[in-house]
Amino acid sequence: MTTPDNYGYLVEFDNVDDLLAGAETVRDAGFTRWDAHTPFVVHGLDRAMGIKPTKLPFLVLFGGAVGLAGGVALQWWTNAVNYPYQISGKPLFSLPANIPVAFETTILVAAIMALVGMLGLNRLPQLYHPLFNSSRFRKATDDRFFISIEAADPIFDAEATRELLEGLDGRLSLEEVQS
Amino acid sequence: MEQTTLPDISTQARGLEELGSRILVMAGVLMVIGGGGAFGLAMTSEGGLHRLAETYLVSFAYFLSLALGALFFVLLQHLTHAGWSVVVRRLAEALSVNVVLMAVLVIPVVLNMEHLYHWAHPGAADHDAILAGKSAFLNPQFFTIRLVVYFAIWSLLAWFFFSKSKSQDATADPKYTRRMEALSAPGMILFALSINFAAFDLLMSVNPHWFSTIFGVYFFAGSVVVIMATLVVLAAYLQRQGRLQGIVTVEHYHDLGKLLFGFVVFWAYIAFSQYMLYWYGNIPEETVWYLTRQTGNWTGISLALLFGHFVIPFLVLVSRFPKRRPRLLVLAALWMLAMHWLDLYYLVGPEFHPEGASIGLMDVLCFLGMGGLFFMVLAWRLRKIALVPVGDPRLAESLAFENS
Repeated sequence: MTTPDNYGYLVEFDNVDDLLAGAETVRDAGFTRWDAHTPFVVHGLDRAMGIKPTKLPFLVLFGGAVGLAGGVALQWWTNAVNYPYQISGKPLFSLPANIPVAFETTILVAAIMALVGMLGLNRLPQLYHPLFNSSRFRKATDDRFFISIEAADPIFDAEATRELLEGLDGRLSLEEVQS
Repeated sequence: MEQTTLPDISTQARGLEELGSRILVMAGVLMVIGGGGAFGLAMTSEGGLHRLAETYLVSFAYFLSLALGALFFVLLQHLTHAGWSVVVRRLAEALSVNVVLMAVLVIPVVLNMEHLYHWAHPGAADHDAILAGKSAFLNPQFFTIRLVVYFAIWSLLAWFFFSKSKSQDATADPKYTRRMEALSAPGMILFALSINFAAFDLLMSVNPHWFSTIFGVYFFAGSVVVIMATLVVLAAYLQRQGRLQGIVTVEHYHDLGKLLFGFVVFWAYIAFSQYMLYWYGNIPEETVWYLTRQTGNWTGISLALLFGHFVIPFLVLVSRFPKRRPRLLVLAALWMLAMHWLDLYYLVGPEFHPEGASIGLMDVLCFLGMGGLFFMVLAWRLRKIALVPVGDPRLAESLAFENS
């Protein structure tokens, strides 16, 4: 019986192979709001979960382009417009002289975009997460592998989903997590 | 770590065998047509032998940079105890041993010293204070001694890593890996010093009045670009010919593509570092080198390098997409192989023909001839030995490698 404040189900495994098989089952069942939790990087998990490639590279590219344009614009405005200053007989606005600064601002904004974009796409930082209500879940940083399915998933059904998860091979425990 | 059982790769990793004989014939024909054609053209045209010497130096620098890039790749993998690269390391090892061939091919450069290197003219330093000042370093005897030293260092290093790796094929004894890893650190230092000075000697001293302290790094950057591109093309070619299938995977292409991209950017970084200091300083004895390259149609070659060796490959290779599609990556790699030739032509050509660039049939033939010989030796070497270091303790890691 699920209560309105049910966050979802948490299934526990003790090895990678069962986790991957379980993830494939959940993926094929069509769930969208679910996740896998492992103590270390598991190769092939992305594929088993059906995770699409991240959009982060496009954010970083955009950040780099903004940094490049910003770096050039900054030097043009400061050196050629607002306070024209002749250096070494070069034109007030000359690209070769601007490249080092433009290069640095490109890297800077792209790197900031990578960090902020990564946090944003992962919805971090989160000060509270219902999964931490489970005492078993602490082992996700030690020697256990978990799959969690949220009750908010459009195809979540308290009974059917429980049945699906109970049918997974190598399941150590199945827990209903309170939100 | 979990225990992994090695898949059986003996068929796909076996030596070139009959494929090697086919490559030998094809490359041999290329060598005869290219070498004979270039020499024939040189004999029948006025000043042809001088032109041949110039384009020979460009081709020589090209294949030397390929062998040296391969040596760098092997040293680097051992230095970092890399696992991913084991499946392509044998190709790099075999390519690096071709530095022994380059030690023979350097002889025509030495014989044509008087034409190729102005400082080697008898009496060149008599009325030239700059050359007189440099004559303690730039003189034919010391130049030849240095070349012997460079090629001795490279040949010994390449041969050591190749033969130890070959010995490991039979025994799978990790002691070879430990020995190679131990030598990779001092080997890398020797490599760094020798490739720097070799670039000064063979390429920079074509204009003995000009100097650039970053020139050796520039040549090195091109060498790494050319080895990454070659490994991509070579692995893809062998896979089409029924070798390395299931051994070299899209994951390995992805990593080679990343390194290719990285060193395309590194090349541009070094090229610009050299350019900007001279442009800013605006001292005639430094800017003259760029002035020549911004006169007449050499400007076009300079711009072709800026866009063809950096801007376009940067935009093409920056994304994950082409790196995980071997066909696209091979196209990009072939493009970089052509650009690397143009890069070396840009270093040498303007010093002999400041009036303008003219890339002709002789350049193509000379390049193909030397390339034919280079790949004949490579195919001959890979006829009977495995194409993958089958005894390497990190082979399983490499076979199962995935980019996360």
